[in-house]
Amino acid sequence: MAVKAWHVTTAKLLLALAVALMIAKVILPPELIRPPEWLVLPFADWINAAFYFLQNDLGLMSLTRAFSDVVEWLLNVTANLLYGKSRWPNIGPIPWGVIAATAFMAGYALKGWRLGVLSGGTFVWIALMGQWQWAMETLSVIVVAAPFSVSLGLTVGVLAWRSQRFERILNPILNIAQSLPHFAYMIPVVVFIGVGPKAGAIVTIIFSVPPMIHMTLLGLKKVPDEVIEAGKMCGATRWQLLTRVRIPTARAEILIGVNQVIMQCLAMVVLASFIGMPGLGQKLLQLLQSLKIGLSVEIGVTIVLLAVTLDRLSKAWALRLPAHDVPSPRWIDRNRLLVIWLALCAAAFVLAQIFPYFLEVERKQALSVAGPIDSLMDHLIRLIAPVTAWLRWFLITWVLIPMRDAYLWLPFTAVLMLLAAVGWAIGGLHSAAICVAYFGLIALSGWWDRAMITVYMVSISVFVAALIGLPLGIWAARNTARSARILLICDTAQTFPSFIYLIPVIMLFGVNDVAVVAAVVVFAAVPIVRYTIEGLRNVPPELIEAADMGGATRRQVLWHVRLPMALPTMLVGANQSVMFSLFMVIIAAFIGTQDLGQEMQRALSSTDVGKGLVLGFAVAFMGLMTDHLITRWSEDRKRALGI
Amino acid sequence: MKSVTKMLASATALALLAPAVWAEDSTDPIMIPLHNWSSQIVMSHVVGDVFASMGNTVEYVTTDSQAVYESVRLGDVSLELEVWEGAFGASFDAAVAKGGIHAAGAHNAVTREDWWYPMWTKEACPGLPDWKALNECAALFVTPETGDKGRFLGGPVDWLKHDQEKVDALGMNFAVVNAGSAAAIWAEIGAAEKTKTPIVVFNWTPNFAEAVWPGEFVNFPEWVAGCNEDPAVGPIPDKTFDCGNPANGYLKIAAWDGMKDKWPAAYAVLAKVSLTNAQIAEMAKLVDIDGMEPEDAAKAWMDANPDVWKAWLG
Repeated sequence: MAVKAWHVTTAKLLLALAVALMIAKVILPPELIRPPEWLVLPFADWINAAFYFLQNDLGLMSLTRAFSDVVEWLLNVTANLLYGKSRWPNIGPIPWGVIAATAFMAGYALKGWRLGVLSGGTFVWIALMGQWQWAMETLSVIVVAAPFSVSLGLTVGVLAWRSQRFERILNPILNIAQSLPHFAYMIPVVVFIGVGPKAGAIVTIIFSVPPMIHMTLLGLKKVPDEVIEAGKMCGATRWQLLTRVRIPTARAEILIGVNQVIMQCLAMVVLASFIGMPGLGQKLLQLLQSLKIGLSVEIGVTIVLLAVTLDRLSKAWALRLPAHDVPSPRWIDRNRLLVIWLALCAAAFVLAQIFPYFLEVERKQALSVAGPIDSLMDHLIRLIAPVTAWLRWFLITWVLIPMRDAYLWLPFTAVLMLLAAVGWAIGGLHSAAICVAYFGLIALSGWWDRAMITVYMVSISVFVAALIGLPLGIWAARNTARSARILLICDTAQTFPSFIYLIPVIMLFGVNDVAVVAAVVVFAAVPIVRYTIEGLRNVPPELIEAADMGGATRRQVLWHVRLPMALPTMLVGANQSVMFSLFMVIIAAFIGTQDLGQEMQRALSSTDVGKGLVLGFAVAFMGLMTDHLITRWSEDRKRALGI
Repeated sequence: MKSVTKMLASATALALLAPAVWAEDSTDPIMIPLHNWSSQIVMSHVVGDVFASMGNTVEYVTTDSQAVYESVRLGDVSLELEVWEGAFGASFDAAVAKGGIHAAGAHNAVTREDWWYPMWTKEACPGLPDWKALNECAALFVTPETGDKGRFLGGPVDWLKHDQEKVDALGMNFAVVNAGSAAAIWAEIGAAEKTKTPIVVFNWTPNFAEAVWPGEFVNFPEWVAGCNEDPAVGPIPDKTFDCGNPANGYLKIAAWDGMKDKWPAAYAVLAKVSLTNAQIAEMAKLVDIDGMEPEDAAKAWMDANPDVWKAWLG
């Protein structure tokens, strides 16, 4: 407790210092208001020089190109099979009926009818909506990227588990990698790999591998010693111990990692099309470009359906325990599913040979719901235009512009002091040092003003998201059916490609910060709602019963029992909310912002690796700092609550 | 890994050697880049189809429209069919300076990019298209974020359009707000159309927008050489940028230097490709208004204009 009190005193002192710096701004020397020029380090030039050295002098380029040639060869094989690109083995395209039947059987075999209908139905939807070609272009990349990512993640995870030193080096890299905005990755990929499907595949691999490494490491660490002992007693070698004992025991975690990889791959579908990944993402961007919102929503639905299907399939696979039934003596009984699958495939093949409709549904024959969606959007915009016009005026004049000006007005030294105060209050010297180091580096990068605009947009977005998300989460947590429904909406909103939101918000609010905040809030609210629900629903029922018996009212139970107990979980939601907002603010550069995202977009179009990475790191540092503070606080709360 | 690469390399080498005996052009696919506007996509498919009809293999790859010049230079993609002077002149020139890319031809089209308004704006501000009349009407374009000034919605900052300089030089009562993408501009026009709100934005021709929303360019003082650099040139004696943008920019075709040797026949065709503003706008219209897929639009355009593309083959 004494330490805590000392922390608070120091924090108050730092806070007073920060306030003093603000009040004294008029008389402060300019070096304390903005980082002076001699302090700004040319990080971008250093990175560019390093990359130039790697690329030209070390000849890394030929290595990466060789690697990408292998990836390209694989991509050509899948492209041929899935949509008939004229490449070896030249046997594709597989008719859509066959793939739909396969998906159905996979779902049925793993979990039963419902999953079978979902996965088979997804592919039928894709075919009937005339999106087959695009969806297969996307899948042809994912079926190469995901296994690559899984095996890479597994290998690195095992290495990190073997060597503590490697793990210590790897951890910070993974943390930064997971908080770097997507665009920052893409620029080096364009330099080393080029553009096209292979670049799309490689950027997808890079983006999806960190969670796989994490989960592998986690799984291997959790393997109980008794299991290893048993393995050793059977005389297993080290290799056998790893492949036959440790990895199978860590199966659940590793398969969750696989599931994460698949989800990340789908999240990259649209973004990777900026560097040439073909398929749904590319089509989506083209359609949005000509304001075809209805058609883009159709593609968005397809991406969500694919994500849900692959998620459920991989989860079902992860949760399915190996069965140890006595095999039936008859071959047909043992392979009943295989036989049905083969029969369905054969039927689909025959159908495709007779009716071209079953080989490929052409765009002309495709169904479409775009018309109704477009007219719905149209009515909606006309209907709420007066409201949005007022809202736009109010928010811009009274909230956003004053807030932005305030953030930009702050001397950077005052901001650093303020962060040090917050850090000290939460985690003492250690946390204060971390906060100052992260933001100090941002100051040194020379992008202070833009960074502050990003911070301003993230903070207002998270604030609005909390205003919406907390009551919604509390309301939804009241009963099981309701929370299940709201969680489903959360999942959908999150997997729905973010770019689709951008056009409607511009139509509603115009090119300005209100539109940006509106688009970001959708993403920022999702984790807040989700973790509020999870947190509240996982409060031990005994506690609530005890409070009820103590005569507490519903309101008292909520405020004094349920919310405090749920707080650590809700903080995880807040943390994710900040992360999602950071990513989305960067993407919102496509609406028109003046923050780091806008510069990142420029760096991407001029393939400036150094600048892109510096900006990316600035964003990553904001995320890492928030992550550190919230995690620390949440752990303290947990300890205080004895959870 | 290494052996696989080697195997692939030798396989490619074989594939390269074998047919060289019969045909002039390499059997490697000609890589054609696609960007995010329709005329370019349709035109690329038209030219690609012509190449394919000559027995070449063609492949399409979507790329960023600025970064593409670096890819052409390195031979990752083979050509670029729409090099806009205003939008991509700088990237193209930079790539030319590094070597590996050159202009293989030019379209018989002029490009113009400048301040533009849809027709309903003129009803509210009848003096248009004169820029002085626009300035008088500045109050019509006021938005919350621009205070008491009219809003001009410019393109993304990296298009480097000097709109702010123009506003300053001509002393206009306008504030420049930069959209983050072309789509953002279209969305604004689309929203303004629903309520017939006056709007002035950055736009260019040839473009699908002129078919969707009829409109006009604002007439600024005519561009003369040097008016952006020399204060003395142009109507305001002590200002630079006191004029509009050139009303006749080029639209070139760029090719990888190696294309001439690798696919000589295709290169000869490419050098002859030349389209007019009307033809380019027609290609965009097939997709953006008629809702065709770019591939189908290319076929439809070729069916409707056989004399145009057959002339390239001769």
